[in-house]
Amino acid sequence: MNIEHIITDLEQQDPELHDRLSNRRSAIKGLAGIGGKLALAAIPFALGSLFKKAYGQSTATIVEVLQFALTLEYLEAEFYTLGAAAPGLVPAGPPTGAIATIRDHENAHVTLLKNTITTLGATPVAKPVFDFTAGNGSGNGPFKGVFSNYPLFLAVAQTFEDTGVRAYKGQAGALISSNEVLTAALKIHSAEARHAAHIRYMRRNLLSSTAIKPWITGKDTGGIGDAVQASYNGEDLTTQAEINIIGINGTGVSAAAASEAFDEPLTKAAVLAIVDPFIV
Amino acid sequence: MAEKLNVPQEQEGHAMLSTKGQQRRRFLSLFAGTAAAATLMHACSNDDNPSPDNGINLGSGDIGILNYAYALEQLEAAFYTRVTQTFFSGATATEQQFLNDIRDHEIAHREFFRNALGSKAIPSLEVDFSKIDFASRDSVLGTAKAFEDLGVSAYNGAGKLITEGAYLLLAGKIVSVEARHAAMIRDLISNGSFADGTAVDANGLDLSLDPPEVLKVAAGFLKSKINASNLPTS
Repeated sequence: MNIEHIITDLEQQDPELHDRLSNRRSAIKGLAGIGGKLALAAIPFALGSLFKKAYGQSTATIVEVLQFALTLEYLEAEFYTLGAAAPGLVPAGPPTGAIATIRDHENAHVTLLKNTITTLGATPVAKPVFDFTAGNGSGNGPFKGVFSNYPLFLAVAQTFEDTGVRAYKGQAGALISSNEVLTAALKIHSAEARHAAHIRYMRRNLLSSTAIKPWITGKDTGGIGDAVQASYNGEDLTTQAEINIIGINGTGVSAAAASEAFDEPLTKAAVLAIVDPFIV
Repeated sequence: MAEKLNVPQEQEGHAMLSTKGQQRRRFLSLFAGTAAAATLMHACSNDDNPSPDNGINLGSGDIGILNYAYALEQLEAAFYTRVTQTFFSGATATEQQFLNDIRDHEIAHREFFRNALGSKAIPSLEVDFSKIDFASRDSVLGTAKAFEDLGVSAYNGAGKLITEGAYLLLAGKIVSVEARHAAMIRDLISNGSFADGTAVDANGLDLSLDPPEVLKVAAGFLKSKINASNLPTS
């Protein structure tokens, strides 16, 4: 366990963490430098109390959210890692570059979440075994051929990204007690939305379909169909906080634009039901 | 509590009879009896002290943050409204479709905040787009990229300043759409730059900025002066 690395990771999410911990941190540094093995053995306990203090009583809730997020990130990271490595799947040029960018982000999210969970005194959940055909391990699900059929690969990618955005959004409230973790989650959330927009743009160009846009119109799947409808149900809201957005204040905001302008959350249960066929 | 909150609105301009007033009352009543109600009461009293010399006061607490978002949405909506009045020369059908869509999203955000804030809303801001060449693709898309990345950073940085979960969720519903815009504009400038190293770091984390940093940038495009001195800082 690299203590300095973990604290550095957390600091990148949390500019104020340093102030919060600086005294304790320099104490730990001194300890590690001078005390050798004995001091290192004591460090996990020191960290445990350090973060209990910094993050208060809702650490358990926060860890639960992070474990859920980690499961989703494992799914995405492995999906893009396998896709990028599949011979002849992703065309050379911009598509290969884009998939590599997203793959690297998802793997970085896995590392970051694992480190944060560990730092909070918990053990990161293990990576599940995945079946990217959505066949629950049969390898024969509706997305069979996902790593040899490029349009299908992008369709599944779009679904994972749009679902990921909704999943993080649904958990934001559970992180409200921790500025540090909330901010990190928001920063992952908007990175996922950037991915989603780009994958949708790739599909638009690949399929020459102007109906596919970087944003979600109504509860439209972008032509993917029933297999992924659950990831889009509820995206068609045109009323926010009981305010009707269509034609609001005499503007020309259409129903389509009203739904596109606000992305909607999904509950943890809804997300787990969506990803269940991908987990063996 | 809810009734108390409604009193000033009903006294002003017969808001109670208008659709807007009804919407506003419903919005505020969603948070009645919660910590937000106390925050709202607090914001009310502060906002009754306009200080024109120091600029338009966003207010305090969650209301201040909502006004902060409203200010940014006003800026974005005004920009895209101007962009789509006369497109830069050579704008493709795809570019026009996307820019029209983005304009409508930003108008939706702006009007939503206006109605939700009701009597707590800051006035309409005067923009200064003199630095933008609306006939130039580079100028328009470059400015759009700056605004969208700024918007994403602003919402990401504001999340921790919000105390009421319902407001946090609303900000979350908007920020991912801003991120979709940012990615798209970036791809129009250079395909594949949707989440490059200038937007997302090596940990896969997007940007975040605190209100003073955001408003410093926004001030370059505003004639109106914004006073953020009452915003929460943590």
